[in-house]
Amino acid sequence: MLEIKNLHATAEGQEILRGIDLTVKPGEIHAIMGPNGSGKSTLAQVLAGHPSYEVTKGSVKYLGEDLVDMEPEDRSRAGVFLAFQYPVAIRGITNAYFLRSAVNAIRKHRGEDEYDVLDFVEVLEEKLKQIGWDDSLMNRPVNDGFSGGEKKRNEILQMAVLEPKLAILDETDSGLDIDALKIVADAVNKLRRPDNATVVVTHYQRLLDYIVPDHVHVLANGRIVKSGGKELALELEEKGYDWLKEEAA
Amino acid sequence: MAPGNKAVGTERFVDQYQAFASNGAARAPAWLKRVREEALERFTALGFPTTRQEKWRFTNVKPITQHAFALARDAETLVPEQLDPYFLPIEGGARLVFVNGRFAESLSTVPEFAPGVKVQNLGAAVEESGKLVEEYLGRHSPVDDNPFTALNTAFAGDGAFIHVPANTVVDKPVQVLFFTTAGSEPIMSHPRNLVVVEQGASIQLVESYGGATGHPYLTNAVTEVSVGDNARADCYRIQREGDEAFHVATSNSRQGRDSWYSMTPVVFGGALARHDIWMALAGEGGEGTLNGLYIAGGNQHVDHNTVIEHAVPHCDSHEYFNGILDDRSHAVFNGRIIVRRGAQKTDSKQTNNNLLLSEDARADSQPQLEIYADDVRCTHGATLGPLDDNALFYLQSRGIGAEAGRALLTYGFGVEILNRVAVPEVRDCLDRLIKEQLRSGRGGTAP
Repeated sequence: MLEIKNLHATAEGQEILRGIDLTVKPGEIHAIMGPNGSGKSTLAQVLAGHPSYEVTKGSVKYLGEDLVDMEPEDRSRAGVFLAFQYPVAIRGITNAYFLRSAVNAIRKHRGEDEYDVLDFVEVLEEKLKQIGWDDSLMNRPVNDGFSGGEKKRNEILQMAVLEPKLAILDETDSGLDIDALKIVADAVNKLRRPDNATVVVTHYQRLLDYIVPDHVHVLANGRIVKSGGKELALELEEKGYDWLKEEAA
Repeated sequence: MAPGNKAVGTERFVDQYQAFASNGAARAPAWLKRVREEALERFTALGFPTTRQEKWRFTNVKPITQHAFALARDAETLVPEQLDPYFLPIEGGARLVFVNGRFAESLSTVPEFAPGVKVQNLGAAVEESGKLVEEYLGRHSPVDDNPFTALNTAFAGDGAFIHVPANTVVDKPVQVLFFTTAGSEPIMSHPRNLVVVEQGASIQLVESYGGATGHPYLTNAVTEVSVGDNARADCYRIQREGDEAFHVATSNSRQGRDSWYSMTPVVFGGALARHDIWMALAGEGGEGTLNGLYIAGGNQHVDHNTVIEHAVPHCDSHEYFNGILDDRSHAVFNGRIIVRRGAQKTDSKQTNNNLLLSEDARADSQPQLEIYADDVRCTHGATLGPLDDNALFYLQSRGIGAEAGRALLTYGFGVEILNRVAVPEVRDCLDRLIKEQLRSGRGGTAP
């Protein structure tokens, strides 16, 4: 599904990713871990197409297509979803209006009929039921005045509605208390299907108790320095990141 | 200011006044004649403001003095359909229509109200309830330091008079429209509105202003709202003047104990628009809101000069002004908050956010806090800048194209005020007008 080869990327002329190789197959969950400043979030942003980053070398193939040349909206329409570490407030626009705009942009792109307000209410109710949430966030402006936990939940709600093939969760666990973490992880697990894949970017092992990865990769200094199974996350929890930094140096 | 300059441009208006006083206004009661005379004197003494005066630093009114504005001579005949776009689809509510500054009875409808409720032309109220009008006229909009208010008062005659007696609810919004037609010479009008909501009473009011495009004209309006103890007044003001119009206005209010007042001024039109607002919280437990929006393009100039006065303890005020500015438009916002000595437990919040869609658009925002009490909470904040790139990327990452994303962000900036609009018909109307306005080229497109 996703094939990253020797990916190099810069921000403001500074190289942050220095040769990433990563392959993700349908149905898999990959965890990307690493210390602050290792390039985890940059990788997530580069995959979503953030204009502040420039890919200078290497390639990213998604479902056989070259992702690097695609506009952010085209990546989304093709099924790539990034749950933001810092979701952005959109003043004046309610969540319901925003979600319908997003779903309709994607449906239009696929040549499907756009949802009117009533159609969309049905779709939304079904999704909320699936993940077991209420509609309390729907009529508030997107992320405007939301608590940290509400923002993260809102990202997962968008993911539920947009039904991506490849979901990248960028530090979705950071700042959440254990109850909020369970709620978010539970929703992610419910949305899991054999034909979609999830990349979980996290600093802490804690999330991986609830979203169990098939593969764990450790990023340091812009490269993947170690890959393994879910037991690698536990090892990192125990030993910290310092021993890997030394290996990477 | 150089001495002798004060009266520049005022002569024409004085001439107009003389004609008015000896003609249409001649049969006014003595007290009103005196009020007018004094106002005219004040106007000539003050003269038109110059940009050397702090309150008018960014707004040059000289163009107003360069047109030969005159009171409309004859009542213009308009067919009701021409005014339809300016009305909200509210069945059974009152509509007062003024054309070229004069009450147009045939275009107005006033339904049966609860006993004692008055919704009529101010001129008629002077005859029928002279004492009440005398008591309130000018009470909240003194002529001391604003020459435009003084000028309006000199010509005071036509406008909406609304009186809601104690514990009475007017359940349908009252709509008042001032429309100016394309005259053979530039028309001026001085609408004067007086709203008195007695203790425990409630009213919703929608003032609208519109007129011909391609013709300069002057609207100089004053609205005074008196909100009694435990009373509610929910007021909206939709300014859709023609593209060459000058629109100057004063909206002053004073609230009693435990009262609630909200004012939503929305500006779309006019070449030059200046609105002075003074909201006085004069009874404990009062709550007041100013909820403004301006959308401007071309060479439009939009100036809001607002004062929120906390005269007593335990009052809350909220002030939100959003602006969307395209082309070479220029917005000015001056937001003054006064907390008088002893007005403890004041809670006051002010924001002014300006979205600049063009490099040539400009916004000058000045908050001004004057606090003479020590146990208060006052916050203010102003922003100006282009669309947020991160927000745009966020929308794109959800499948929304860049152009549609920009339109959505701009629209969101505009409709943010609608969350605070309680009347559904007003909300729908403003939503439609905001979209129309953005689609007309200001802000490119709307979703």
